[in-house]
Amino acid sequence: MNDRFNLYRFSSPATFYPLAGKMIPWFIAAGTLFGLAGLYIGMLVAPTDFQQGEGYRIIFVHVPTSWMSMFIYLVMAFWAAIGLAFNTRLSGMMAQALAPTGALMAFLSLWTGALWGKPMWGTWWVWDARLTSELILLFLYIGYMALVVAIDDARRADKAGGILLLVGVVNIPIIYFSVKWWNTLHQGSSVNLTKSSMAEIMLWGMLLMALAFWMYSIAVALARVRTIILERECHTDWVRAELTGGKA
Amino acid sequence: MIHWNSFSDFLAMGGYGLYVWGSFGVTALIMVIEPIAVARQRKTTVARLKRQLRAESRSTEA
Repeated sequence: MNDRFNLYRFSSPATFYPLAGKMIPWFIAAGTLFGLAGLYIGMLVAPTDFQQGEGYRIIFVHVPTSWMSMFIYLVMAFWAAIGLAFNTRLSGMMAQALAPTGALMAFLSLWTGALWGKPMWGTWWVWDARLTSELILLFLYIGYMALVVAIDDARRADKAGGILLLVGVVNIPIIYFSVKWWNTLHQGSSVNLTKSSMAEIMLWGMLLMALAFWMYSIAVALARVRTIILERECHTDWVRAELTGGKA
Repeated sequence: MIHWNSFSDFLAMGGYGLYVWGSFGVTALIMVIEPIAVARQRKTTVARLKRQLRAESRSTEA
């Protein structure tokens, strides 16, 4: 019975810690390869856009960071739900490890969006549905991080943070569908499962960049969760052994 | 086939250089700083936990 592959085993910090350590280099390698390929295609090979000239190339960072800012939040909300339902220790740590990266992605989405908006719309910022809901997402990340550090007891911090994450998840479909639901200055989505409005080579560049950001985010979050595990599980024998063994 | 005729063409980005490089530059900067911050955080945490552990073992021996 114990020999069988058991998913629950990986929800234990003691087994997840070394596993995460082994996975990080692979995600760094994959992220670097996807990033180099994406930059090569996007910045060197892809042709000029017939409407936006070379300015459209901002898409190769704007869309991946925007996708990641929404996706990381969904993953955090997933961990929050698991943590609240099953009271697993690792889920709160995962949510905490992802939050700073998600916040940075939301910031980058707004930053690159502003730099794109200025030449194309003539303004850095408008209080339009897409932009405003993305700004709220950044505030949700910051609010979650502030709430979690403000509560001393780690398990209670996880619970309070988890509830905030689950309430805030309603913002994600609002961001995603904002360009459909409201008249916005922001253009509609250029990528669609059935048809896409982009030239194929541009689409490839963007997808490769999105994969690169995905790999980067996983690598950084895994590295961060390892530190959180050590800190939170420092009373256990295996963490003591890891620390005194000198290779922690 | 490379789209650009010269390196200065590439830098100019058809007049959008400031906006394009401003986007890529800040993104790259954050992707360098964040891993450094994570590594530093790990170092200080491990050092602090080791100190705690030593202090604890001293107090139990005494």
